[in-house]
Order: sequence, then structure tokens, then C-alpha cells
Amino acid sequence: MIDALNATLRKVPAWVLYILLFLPIPYLFYSAATGGMGVEPINALEREVGELALKLIILGLAITPLRKYLKLNLLKFRRAIGVMAFVYVAVHLGIWVVLDMSLRFEQMSTDIWKRPYITIGMVAFVLMIPLAVTSNNLSLRKMGGAAWRKLHKLVYPIAVLGGVHYIMVQKVWETEPMLYLAVILALLATRINWASMARTAPGI
Amino acid sequence: MAFRWKNALTHADVTPEPIWLNRRAVLAGMAGAGALGGSVAAQDSLEPNTWEEITTYNNFYEFGTGKSDPSDNAGDMVTDGWEITIDGMVDNPGTFSLADLVADMTMEERLYRFRCVEAWSMVIPWNGFELADLLNKAGVQSSATHVAFETAVLPDVMPGVQRRVIEFPYVEGLRLDEAMHPLTIMATGIYDRPLANQNGAPIRLVVPWKYGFKSIKSIVRITLTDEQPATTWNKINAREYGFYSNVNPEVDHPRWSQASERMIGGGLFAQRQDTLMFNGYPEVASLYDGMDLSAEF
Repeated sequence: MIDALNATLRKVPAWVLYILLFLPIPYLFYSAATGGMGVEPINALEREVGELALKLIILGLAITPLRKYLKLNLLKFRRAIGVMAFVYVAVHLGIWVVLDMSLRFEQMSTDIWKRPYITIGMVAFVLMIPLAVTSNNLSLRKMGGAAWRKLHKLVYPIAVLGGVHYIMVQKVWETEPMLYLAVILALLATRINWASMARTAPGI
Repeated sequence: MAFRWKNALTHADVTPEPIWLNRRAVLAGMAGAGALGGSVAAQDSLEPNTWEEITTYNNFYEFGTGKSDPSDNAGDMVTDGWEITIDGMVDNPGTFSLADLVADMTMEERLYRFRCVEAWSMVIPWNGFELADLLNKAGVQSSATHVAFETAVLPDVMPGVQRRVIEFPYVEGLRLDEAMHPLTIMATGIYDRPLANQNGAPIRLVVPWKYGFKSIKSIVRITLTDEQPATTWNKINAREYGFYSNVNPEVDHPRWSQASERMIGGGLFAQRQDTLMFNGYPEVASLYDGMDLSAEF
């Protein structure tokens, strides 16, 4: 069954995913503008887009373990997922700057330094910029595979920062954001080479 | 009290809802045509929020932590036959039926700004009576310095209580002089209708110069005491939520800048507005003479 799925997915061009993943953005803005998100649509939209960004980051992190453990090959879609995750984070930030903060730059700059959850979110966004910029074949060739892969391991801290940001935005310990972070940590754990760690551990 | 508080916003400012809704439709049209213009106009004039806005965007953790959870989940709370216990340092302690208590009170309409610590705000046409009248009736003893309030805990109809998202019962408190201030009211209605459950039916506190979480909902107990009572959000995070929690744009909150706020009802392009000291009620400033409001926030 996995083989059949892989065969089908091979026929789907990656650009389809860019379009599919983009469509929720205009839909969510439309919904927010027309009352679909309640009487305070700005915060609702901001959160919705941010949550989708985190979901895409998680999806991107899931591709390697899916291939390793389920032999499901989604590798050709990973760039689209990563680039669109950046787009969602950028839109999330744009909503904060323009709609939420009404372009009050003085207040925003204070917030970025003084409010840890905003600081963490901004750090994650800044770390994503080099990944987005180098998500093309030319950069991959210029940098060389090893350096490129090393740079793109930045997605690991980015994912953790995103998960922590989501937990900290809440006023109390909410279950759902903690599940997101748990999934992120679990996906990162699948990348640890336990065998080699055991070999190099002192005293064993 | 020697004087009764005079509402700068009079009853005439409470536009009957149908007319008001029409006006909102016009404003919405302006907002669509002129980009940001309409929503700015909606904030500068102090118009009350609509019943829909007031009843669908709430914090009432007993019914869930989402803004629409209270309106979705509060419907099963039965407020008929509600009783309030008044105890502690009073001459006439006891458990009273709400109907009896309210019967003796002078009901008034108060159009107040309502400012949430989350940096959003509304304007609400409350119906209620001054807390001072109730406390005077109970007979506050001279040893009392503070008033403690407690919200009902009804696990069967409160999903947030079942999930124990925070410690219940929700408790709040005021210094006695704050409680006796003529601005402080016990509200039983909005727009001349009984309070919706999600707004804290059948009776709640409204302290308009403090962040909204001080205005405790669905009250079942009022206790006069000689010490500063514990308050729920202060217990959860003392660094973020002080006992006083006066609206103060100059005192930074670790989580939200309090310099500005967004009025609910402006839609997707609502602009922020500057937050006013004491939420625009400077007459309470004398209560805090000599206090460092950045230390006692």
C-alpha cells in the first residue's frame, strides 16, 4: 500500500503543494473580514495563521521519520512545506505588525525585547530567513550539499522555539500547545542516533 | 458616601440598540469604502458595544479558556433562586436570596469603559447598584479593611471547572475604600436585559478603573475581612497580576504592554487607541495617594 501511495505521489508535481498550502491564507483573511472569526477577528486570525505555521514546521520535520519508519517518501514536497511554513510565519508576523499593533513601532520594539514569548517568536522568524533564502537548487549547488544540510538543521531549534512560543502565548498551561511541543520533541528524538551515543558514552 | 457618582455618559448616551445597529452598519460601510477611517471613528466616540459583542467575546474560565467558550458553554447554568452569602466582619451576616437583596437597591444604568488586561476593551451599558449600598445594608464593622468575593463553582455545568484549568473557586478582592467608591457597582443587567450567563449572571462586580479580571462574575459570597484577600490571577502568577491591577498605561505588564488597547467591534482593521490612566476614571486617583503604583500594581 505504501508503494502504491509513493507511486501516486511521484506523479504529483511539487508546485501543486505551494498552491494548496497557500489557499487557506486568503480564505482566513476573508473569513476574518466577514465575521467568520467572531467579534475580535485580529487576534483570532493571528493565532490561526501562527498555528498553521507550526503545523507546517511539524509536517516538514515528520518527512524523514515517515520515510525511515513507514517507507513513505514525501521528500520532494519538503521544500514546498518549508517555504510555505516561512510564508505562514511571515504572514503571522505581518498580522501582528499591521493589524494587531497598528504599526506602533515604538511599542513593538519594546515588546520584542521585553516580552519573552515575542522575543522567542522573533528569533525563530529571523532564523528562518536564511533557510527560506537558500531553499532553491542554485543555493544548494553553490553551498554544496554538506554545508546546505548543516544550515538547514536550523529548523530543529526553530521548531522548538515555535513550540515554546505557542505555549508561552497562553495565560495558563493549555493542553494543545503542550502537545505541539511534545510532537516536535518526539520528531527531533527520532533523529538521535542512540547506538552511536551509547558507543561514545564514557565508561561503557 | 457623601456624594453619588455622576455619570459623564448619561442615559441619553445609550442609543437604543436598533438605531445603534443602523449606525454601526453605516460605519461598516464607511470602513469598507475608506479603508481605516470608519473604525477610527467608531472608537473616538464612546458608543456602547453591541449585545452580540458583549456576549460572545468573554473570559470566564469556569466555562473554558477560549473567548467563545463562555457563550458556547454557559447556557446550562441555572441562576433562578440564586443566593449570596455575606459574612465576615458585618453586623448582619447571612445567606440571602438575590431577589430580596436587589429589591432594596437603587438600580441605575452605568455606561462604563471595560478594559481587559489582554489589551482589548469594550464600552458596556451596565444595569446595577452601588456596592456601597449593599455593604452599608450589611453593616460593615470598623475592623474590616477589605472585601473578598467568590464565584460559584458548579462542576456539572462548568466544563472549565471539570478540567481544572485554574484553581476554583475564582476569588477576587478590593480594599474597602475601593469597594465603597461610588463607581464600584454590582451589575445584574446589560442593555436593560438580565446578564447573560457568560457575562456573570445573575450578579457580578464591575470596577471600571481596574482590569476586567477584577470584576468577578456570578458571585455567591462576599466576605468582609481585615486582611488583603487572595485573588485568583495573583495566585496563578504574582509577577504578572497584582492585587490592585488598576488600569495604568505607564506600568508595564510582563506579558502585554498596557500602553494601548483595541476596542472590540472595529473589525479586522480596528486601530489601537491609547489606554487612559485608571481607564479614564481619574476621580479614583485619590484612593492611591502616596502609593507607588509601579510597585503596587
